[in-house]
Amino acid sequence: MDHIVIIGNGISGVTLARNIRKLSWKKITVISSESEYFFSRTALMYVFMGHMKFEHTQPYENEFWKKNNIDLIQKTVNEVDTTNKEVVFSDKTRLPFDKLVIASGSKSNKFGWKGQDLNGVVSLYHKQDIEQLETLAPNCKRAVVVGGGLIGIELVEMLLSRNIPVTFLVREKSFWNGVLPPGESELINRHILEHHVDLRLDTNLDEIISDENGFARAIITDKGKIIECSIVGLTVGVSPNIDFLKTSSIELGRGVKVNRFLETNIKDIYAIGDCAEQHEGIGLRRPIEAVWYTGRMMGEALAQTICGKSMQYNPGHWFNSAKFFDIEYQTYGWVFANPLENEDQFYWEHSSGKKAVRIAFDTNTRLFHGINTFGIRMRHEFFDKVLSENQTVDYVMQHLKEANFDPEFFSTFEKEINKSFQNQFTNIIKV
Amino acid sequence: MQNSDKNLSIASHNPNEISNYQKLGFGIGFLGLFILALAFFNVTFPNKTLWLVVSITAIFTGIIIYANKTYLSKPEGIQNNGVWFKSLSSKGMLGWITGILLTSFYVTIYWFPKYLGLGENGQANTGIVAFFDPLSLLLNGKAATQWFVYGSLYTIAILGLGYKFILKYRHNKYQLVRTTSVMFFQLGFAFLIPEILEKLNPEKAYFAKDLKNMWPLNYYFFSDWHLTNLLNGGNLGLFMLMFGLAMIFIISPILTYRYGKRWYCSWVCGCGGLAETAGDSFRQLSSKKQSTWKIERWLIHSVLVFSFVMTIAVIFTFLSNNPGMSIITKDQFTIGIVVFLIIFTSFLFAFKRNDLDTDARYTMVSLVAIIVISILMNYFSGNNNILFIDSNKLREWYGFAIGSAFSGVIGVGFYPLLGNRVWCRFGCPMAAILGLQQRLFSKFRITTNGGQCISCGNCSTYCEMGIDVRSYAQKGENIVRSSCVGCGICSAVCPRGVLKLENGSEEGRINSNDILLGNDVNLLDLINRK
Repeated sequence: MDHIVIIGNGISGVTLARNIRKLSWKKITVISSESEYFFSRTALMYVFMGHMKFEHTQPYENEFWKKNNIDLIQKTVNEVDTTNKEVVFSDKTRLPFDKLVIASGSKSNKFGWKGQDLNGVVSLYHKQDIEQLETLAPNCKRAVVVGGGLIGIELVEMLLSRNIPVTFLVREKSFWNGVLPPGESELINRHILEHHVDLRLDTNLDEIISDENGFARAIITDKGKIIECSIVGLTVGVSPNIDFLKTSSIELGRGVKVNRFLETNIKDIYAIGDCAEQHEGIGLRRPIEAVWYTGRMMGEALAQTICGKSMQYNPGHWFNSAKFFDIEYQTYGWVFANPLENEDQFYWEHSSGKKAVRIAFDTNTRLFHGINTFGIRMRHEFFDKVLSENQTVDYVMQHLKEANFDPEFFSTFEKEINKSFQNQFTNIIKV
Repeated sequence: MQNSDKNLSIASHNPNEISNYQKLGFGIGFLGLFILALAFFNVTFPNKTLWLVVSITAIFTGIIIYANKTYLSKPEGIQNNGVWFKSLSSKGMLGWITGILLTSFYVTIYWFPKYLGLGENGQANTGIVAFFDPLSLLLNGKAATQWFVYGSLYTIAILGLGYKFILKYRHNKYQLVRTTSVMFFQLGFAFLIPEILEKLNPEKAYFAKDLKNMWPLNYYFFSDWHLTNLLNGGNLGLFMLMFGLAMIFIISPILTYRYGKRWYCSWVCGCGGLAETAGDSFRQLSSKKQSTWKIERWLIHSVLVFSFVMTIAVIFTFLSNNPGMSIITKDQFTIGIVVFLIIFTSFLFAFKRNDLDTDARYTMVSLVAIIVISILMNYFSGNNNILFIDSNKLREWYGFAIGSAFSGVIGVGFYPLLGNRVWCRFGCPMAAILGLQQRLFSKFRITTNGGQCISCGNCSTYCEMGIDVRSYAQKGENIVRSSCVGCGICSAVCPRGVLKLENGSEEGRINSNDILLGNDVNLLDLINRK
């Protein structure tokens, strides 16, 4: 019987293990150094904020793994011996495999700043990061968070929940404007300020200053400003966690190189999730996608392949979501920070400044490209269908009501949005 | 978790730090409670009316100041910071103390009311019961009883903490409307109207006047004394009887079909009302383990069977003893029940078999068979007790074990330890019936928004009924569970906009298709085919 060894018990590895188990009785071993049981990484912030206890982030009860005959090993993998088909642990013990799946996820980036390894400098990715924050928080008088992305703003929210004043350094001129168009980006800027964050746009970190005990004491910005702080959060993106593979013969780029079947250059070795790098991006996607949903999809697809129904990783239409403090964000299809060639973008913002919708579409054919929605929930299924059927922006505007996913009794804005759309793009079909 | 720094960030909210305004609210509110405590310890106030007004006003004022300061100073949004750090809401010392106090209060009120000051054998009230005499005289024209005190405090709790709840969820209109509804039904239907009706009909023997408190939650509705009082209660009594029957057989099935059991459990019901308002701080304490779910299913359905059997028995006794007061005979009743049970079960089995788990099917069929056989056996043996046991004994036991111990003492007393829906989840026969209907004949479901779930677990954590919402959401499945009371909090706390309470068509409501949107169509087809 095949022995499938999976390195990593995140969403990709665990989805894979579960789906293999659904399809077969192969022997499955899941290895993780981070935690014994699978937990939802995206929920770590809620543990720190006191919304949940750590065990609430575990989607399956502890008995689940034994019941499904999935072996768990909590050890660190040092290297992969592809010749003997063995995984080598840090304690020098070895585990043989028939098929190996690398699902080791990401690690937080550090860009060689002076002082980046001091005590008090944290990232936000692993369970251990939260534990470290937990010890630092009680005595912290100010924290500085570097990096204006999704993880950065989460860390800011977390620290605020403990009454820690936060200075938020964002390299860009506006929050997350590499992804968000100006309207949405400014909307979030305002919301950050509403939460009394000391937001410093267009500002980067220069160095972190140590105190006499090797703890961070202050930072210096690229503008020469010194900010006293005892926690420095570095949230400047993540990259594949693949250092342990450098000695192996597995082909690496930034991540583990895989083809559409998620196979590496070595037979019987696969990679999925954050650490997998497609030879070229699928559609408009990037070669490395560090997103919850794609990890899960890769796990589902690879389970089919491993169980004998060879199947490509073939992601459907792009979608994603996030929450910025109190404002929910969802996106379906592609909306880029700047319109593509021959693309128009319609933008509506509610007078409260906390709700917004942007729809990107082709100027000539009026084909719907994608939507960003802030503060209004919309239906995944609806937009998936719209995208699959190549519907136009006019179709979407006419059926906007069907797309709404807000709870009952919520105010609706379809009329207002439609009116605004008509004003901006006059040559439309009557609604 | 303490942060010693002075708070530069006005918006942040460390659970362990409270502002001076909040302290003021606390102070005033507890002053009001302290006056009640003094009355409890039999301090005689010179002017009870005045002091009662002062006390109640102080409680409301305190809550309003505290809630305004806590929630209105922050942007609208989910306010769960520090829930698991606070002693009260995480089974800490304060939680245990509150639990013990509540439990003791319930034990006293059910079984030792004289210690609350209830005057026995015609004596005047003392203590806290006497303290409520002025209000009772005003509303129903009689001296207060321990139940009047209880009803008043219950209503105060729902109104005051309902206000707090509304501020906490002010960004969520569903919560706003729903909470207004439970406050309205408590104040009007459960408290004011019954008391005033009592005042207008002082000579009539007692019968239930709370229109919404239907059988089997009101377990004595069909007891012989209650039926007698209803039938002797003139037009009002007859109306209450008719309305009670209409609620059970017409109104409730229709509403549950259209909206799910939430129309009752989290919009109208008094127990639900208290759980949603006063109990909101404890919703995260309900156990989500699969083993608890198993206990829940056995317990709540056992109570349902118990209440059903008890009711059949007491109606039979009533018909035997009072053949003149009823339009049906006990023979007709017995045959009616047997025919009804058989038809109902066969219908369920024929059309909804596949929606039920195997164990549920076996349990249901065997239970119905046992009930029918024992009814027939006793009936043909000419026994006056239709189910072997004396119906009065059965009713007494039900009243003690379920009506008092379960619904009151454990149901509310254990809020801070087992969560705010202990009774509704494990014990309420009403919830069991509505739940069966919700599962099998209803348009209600919680829809999952495609593949957006990130398995964070907020929904499961804050489900007061202990439903592991996430286990469905992460598979892209709709949530169709008999226990769901439709409070809508899972949808509110979801950070990714995944959950929505909906009434839609019955087709495709329960989708066991565990495929997520995301992977492309071919993969979906393939997995679907297997």
